[in-house]
Amino acid sequence: MADEVILLDFWPSMFGMRTRIALEEKNVKFDYREQDLWNKSPILLEMNPVHKKIPVLIHNGKPVCESLIQVEYIDEVWPSKNPLLPSDPYQRAQAKFWGDFIDKKVYASARLIWGAKGEEQEAGKKEFIEILKTLESELGDKIYFGGETFGYVDIALIGFYSWFEAYDKFGNFSIEAECPKLIAWAKRCVERESVAKSLPDSNKIVEFVPVLKKHIGIE
Amino acid sequence: MADEVILLDYWPSPFGIRARIALREKGVEFECREENLRDKSPLLLQMNPVHKKIPVLIHNGKPVCESMNVVQYIDEVWSDRNPILPSDPYQRAQARFWVDFVDTKLLKPADQLWQTKGEEQETAKKEYIEALKILESELGDKPYFGGDTFGFLDIAMTGYYSWFEASEKLANFSIEPECPILMASAKRCLQRESVVKSLHDSEKILELAYKLRKEYGV
Repeated sequence: MADEVILLDFWPSMFGMRTRIALEEKNVKFDYREQDLWNKSPILLEMNPVHKKIPVLIHNGKPVCESLIQVEYIDEVWPSKNPLLPSDPYQRAQAKFWGDFIDKKVYASARLIWGAKGEEQEAGKKEFIEILKTLESELGDKIYFGGETFGYVDIALIGFYSWFEAYDKFGNFSIEAECPKLIAWAKRCVERESVAKSLPDSNKIVEFVPVLKKHIGIE
Repeated sequence: MADEVILLDYWPSPFGIRARIALREKGVEFECREENLRDKSPLLLQMNPVHKKIPVLIHNGKPVCESMNVVQYIDEVWSDRNPILPSDPYQRAQARFWVDFVDTKLLKPADQLWQTKGEEQETAKKEYIEALKILESELGDKPYFGGDTFGFLDIAMTGYYSWFEASEKLANFSIEPECPILMASAKRCLQRESVVKSLHDSEKILELAYKLRKEYGV
């Protein structure tokens, strides 16, 4: 019996992008279902009652929530093609560490870039660049964070790249000027079919930010 | 060549205890090195330069950081005995989901219980109990979160269980009437050999919490 794979998602979500990329890397056919986050569907509320958030991966009727947990799940269920995590336990622990770092640090500071003004925004910009520089230093001279092969940490971070044009515009700065190596890495990732298919156009994100701000009630 | 396993730790830490428990569940010999968090050792700063936090597991000279990451690593390296995570990918994803829930929803109110007072502390109590009730519902009628066996989420929760008594005294409430089933599972976990060996006296934890509250002017 063929697998039934459904993804409840929201097009600008850098978290949803991770799961899209992982499924594409594994060549898994899935039914992408766009969600309205301001009018949540019964299926979303049923499949993620705890957090009521996207993305939700529904595999043969059973939900898996939280994007990096989904990426790991996808890697374990479809292990034969394009491994996303290393096989060595130590390398795996390093990959998970950096995935956790990205989750803890990137979104919160980035949000201040488009969502705040004045001093708060400046603080957000500064922290964001510091975080990217830490990641850039971890990347070093490698092609991808995983080394020669595209994997878990690349997947954890690359979705944010689709928001970089918006951060540049609303933050009035240039991420590329500060972190050229990271931008070079991002451009390499975007050449992969799985990533190209999963990331929205940057200009659409730029257009989306004022819509988002209106929805959450900030000027 | 025998493994060299060092754990940089801090005795009352609900995160450090997770790593201790996992190592003991696997019967791994390790050297526990107590850190003074107000005067961090050069080794800690070298082994966890990003967060500068404990626990850090140093296995044959190489560091692993973040408590549940450490637990997973231990499970994978010493995979021949006492499995901590289930083998089925879906069950593993569920265990990881609930550990993420614990460390996002329980952590902040747990800290606020001993760090605050008055209205702030009351709000923390309410959020803490709400989160525990959601977990109790997930536990259902299983003896452990892992089912019949003590597992990944039980290890994560034992960190918080080790602070239950102190939290109750500091915030003047009782968890058992609110979550009797969870409490029964907590007691089971607190009696396991690996946990008993890793736990410190509740009285000592309470003493420390009072001391810290005084220092923070709470």
